[in-house]
Amino acid sequence: MKLNKTLRVATAISLFAAGGAFAETITIATVNNGDMIRMQGYTSEFTKQTGIDVNWVTLEENVLRQRVTTDITTKGGQFDIMTIGMYETPIWGKNGWLVPLDKLPASYDVNDILPAMRNGLSADGTLYAAPFYGESSMVMYRTDLMKKAGLTMPEKPDWDFIRKAAAAMTDRANEVNGICLRGKPGWGEGGAFITAMSNSFGARWFDMKWNAQFDTKPWRETLTFYKGMMDESGPPGYATNGFNENLSLFQQGKCGMWIDATVAASFVTNPKDSTVADKVGFAIAPNKKGIDKHSNWLWAWALAVPAGTQKQDAAMKFIEWATSKAYIELVASKEGWANVPPGARTSLYENPNYKDIPFAKMTLESINLANPLKPTVDPVPYVGIQFVAIPEFAGIATDVSQQFSAAYAGQQSIDEALAKAQALTNDAMEAAGYR
Amino acid sequence: MATAHSRSAARIMMAPAVFVLLVWMLVPLSMTLFFSFKKFLPLRGDSIGRGLDWVGFANYARFISSSSFWPSVVTTLLIVGGVLVITVALGILLGILLDQPMWGQGVVRILVIAPFFVMPTVSALVWKNLFMDPVNGFLAHVWRAFGATPVEWLSQASLPSIVLIVSWEWLPFATLILLTAIQSLDSEQLEAAEMDGASSPARFFYIVLPHLARAITIVILIQTIFLLSIFAEIFVTTGGAFGTKTLTYLIYQRVLESQNVGLGSAGGVYAIILANIVAIFLMRIVGKNLDA
Amino acid sequence: MARAVTSRRKIINTVVAWGIGFLIFFPILWIVILSFKAEGDAIRTPIEVLTAPWTFENYSIVQARSNYSMHFFNSVVISFGSTILGLIIAVPAAWSMAFVPSRRTKDILMWMLSTKMLPAVGVLYPIYLMFIQLGLLDTRTGLMIVLMLINLPIIIWMLFTYFKEIPVDILEAARMDGASLREEILYVLTPMAIPGMASTVLLNVILAWNEAFWTLNLTAANAAPLTAFIASYSSPEGLFYAKLSAASVMAIAPILILGWFSQKQLVRGLTFGAVK
Repeated sequence: MKLNKTLRVATAISLFAAGGAFAETITIATVNNGDMIRMQGYTSEFTKQTGIDVNWVTLEENVLRQRVTTDITTKGGQFDIMTIGMYETPIWGKNGWLVPLDKLPASYDVNDILPAMRNGLSADGTLYAAPFYGESSMVMYRTDLMKKAGLTMPEKPDWDFIRKAAAAMTDRANEVNGICLRGKPGWGEGGAFITAMSNSFGARWFDMKWNAQFDTKPWRETLTFYKGMMDESGPPGYATNGFNENLSLFQQGKCGMWIDATVAASFVTNPKDSTVADKVGFAIAPNKKGIDKHSNWLWAWALAVPAGTQKQDAAMKFIEWATSKAYIELVASKEGWANVPPGARTSLYENPNYKDIPFAKMTLESINLANPLKPTVDPVPYVGIQFVAIPEFAGIATDVSQQFSAAYAGQQSIDEALAKAQALTNDAMEAAGYR
Repeated sequence: MATAHSRSAARIMMAPAVFVLLVWMLVPLSMTLFFSFKKFLPLRGDSIGRGLDWVGFANYARFISSSSFWPSVVTTLLIVGGVLVITVALGILLGILLDQPMWGQGVVRILVIAPFFVMPTVSALVWKNLFMDPVNGFLAHVWRAFGATPVEWLSQASLPSIVLIVSWEWLPFATLILLTAIQSLDSEQLEAAEMDGASSPARFFYIVLPHLARAITIVILIQTIFLLSIFAEIFVTTGGAFGTKTLTYLIYQRVLESQNVGLGSAGGVYAIILANIVAIFLMRIVGKNLDA
Repeated sequence: MARAVTSRRKIINTVVAWGIGFLIFFPILWIVILSFKAEGDAIRTPIEVLTAPWTFENYSIVQARSNYSMHFFNSVVISFGSTILGLIIAVPAAWSMAFVPSRRTKDILMWMLSTKMLPAVGVLYPIYLMFIQLGLLDTRTGLMIVLMLINLPIIIWMLFTYFKEIPVDILEAARMDGASLREEILYVLTPMAIPGMASTVLLNVILAWNEAFWTLNLTAANAAPLTAFIASYSSPEGLFYAKLSAASVMAIAPILILGWFSQKQLVRGLTFGAVK
């Protein structure tokens, strides 16, 4: 019986590989985030509408990145749609590797896409990827613990308040940590958090001549504050915690506060997975008192069509379907408004049904507050808040964040970490011909 | 005994294997060498079609002068050396133990060799999350049960943790080979030595260990080849942070994260050189046991 | 008296060996246990985990989320295919090395092993570009070839050591009887080398099954084996211990069971010539 099934699958696969003529099939590479997994579940709806079949290649973020980057740079042509982020899109678009999304039908209403997202996914004014969901970052906190500590969360807290509140909520005997933050090495993990945080301390990655700025006071202040606060009130092993580890901790009720992606709001308020679903409040990501920039970032997971695909039309149809208003309504009708992909369209936030969702307002405010074109206090030659939109950044920032994580874990001092970061960044920038 | 006929037949029969391996070695190797002398930044729009700029030895100089280079060589050697010492030592002990009379020998053997069948990616994921997580991991629960503060394995004891994971994967292999070798030991010789009043350490060092020399050589040789290129265990657990960046991982960062194929290729050439140094070193020390 | 000592030793041996065996096996056992627990229970203390109710839900979630049977099928085809392909090339080579050795034999063997030292990450670009040219990307054929090449040195070496143990007289006798070279290999040599061949096949199937760099980087939708299946579970959102465990069990169970059933062959043959 099992063998039978395997054989049937085998036949199906070989038929499919040989023919493929009867129904067009597109291959989509995507990341294994909850919203994307959900999208896969609705593929049959898309096939019903268009007759186009979809093959999914779902991979963990790091593997996905390495996979799609190799494929696009070598023109391997393995995928008809790639799920990429706000970092890759402008770089790839500029290189002419992506099909411009300038022929979207009027019904798609491209102007409905949040301006921040549209800007971040464009190069020289042309949109190259359609946001499936978008996010900023914000403070998620436990209202019950806050109350117990005798504190009230302001709408726009500063870092001093966060640190004070974290210390007050921490109860290590009961495994409650005042604050959980990313410390995991990797440019998209701890690197993203600390970069966004440094903006709110008045730091920047580069000056206008592309000199690294890790030897400046604001960076030192950022790291000292981060490590000080996390050592006081953070969970054990925070130097290896990323988004997912912190989400788990928060859902288990082991964090008083968590500053991270706004999309996490729907996970921590979902009673199915979260033990603290009804006790979560939201606030704007903090800044240092007197600094005009907050520590919230801007990101989108978006769908793009690599140039050179044979199935451009089918791929476009899928993008139009998956990032449409209709898709949002489809998910809302089946799983409720709290579970729709957030942060992509203005109309969602104007929808009266969505207004009741507790985190909707704060998500939109955070997204609107983020300005990738002017991310720092001092002027910078780059675009991007928690990243620098140049091809060399991913490599450099991974190295830098590894140095920082080693400092969090106590393997080297903050000064050592900063000195190494400074040296390796300048070295890499010189090699790339910036300096 | 070899006739001219069989000699030429032998050559023909060797040919396919030698040919495919030669192609498999030379084509990537020459392409790696070619790239290593070029500026090749795919994300900057460099492509072979458009032609790559010749940069001489700049990639080599940059790779070796990077502050990560020497630490990565040391890390590589520490991991390989650590895993070899642990697997060989424990492998011998386990081999001897499994050779003793006992009940349920077959079942124990099955239990002991099981880790060898587990994908490196899976074992890394499982160790990292299910065991070494400082909050929810199994070890953290055990530590807390004894009133101790859980160890933050992958940041505070990163290198030993990786060595532990990799040793767990390779101990079965070492045990299997050493066990077979122990089983082939002439028991009469051992009994005779016992009669002569040789103590058990003496029997071990003068009879068992020399007998195992060849098996140990083979374990070291094969494991070294595999260990020099371990990747998944580091990729999944620490991402190369906390002093666990091996040479292979450094090359990965250069090629795939920094998208600098030229620099990474230069690193690849260094890795080949390192592998060959290790190989020559191994041959010198243990090669005499390996009469082909 | 002597017998009493022996049986006491046997008891001690048994206890110690079972204890160590359990310790080594424990991580796998723990994965299996967690895979049958609810997500919220899987993170509790070990005692609480054991007493929590059992459930199949993780398997159905994982099953619903991905095309397990396709990945499984690909893993089987690729690992066995590459091994068979490897045998076809390795048997003649090993034969000639074992029975018509020359001064160079040892050098050739060592050279073959040294081809395994090229770091895979360093040559991803060259290989990927070649695969595009040859149209082998995301095909089972392409992966079979790559994995065959990776494991070929090991296959040749293993076979070489088995063949060497076969007494030359037998072959000469066969030759006297007028057996051709082909017959000699097929009817005389191969049957005698069956145990060795079996363990060669097993070891290479295991190595191919578990290879996770090329199988991930050279595949997309059609040829991806179980390593890609696992790569989609490495860090899903929120609590994931139970789901990860279920996916892990599904990925390793086939090869683990195969390994257990054939462990006798594996144990007997896995010597690499270490035993004379």
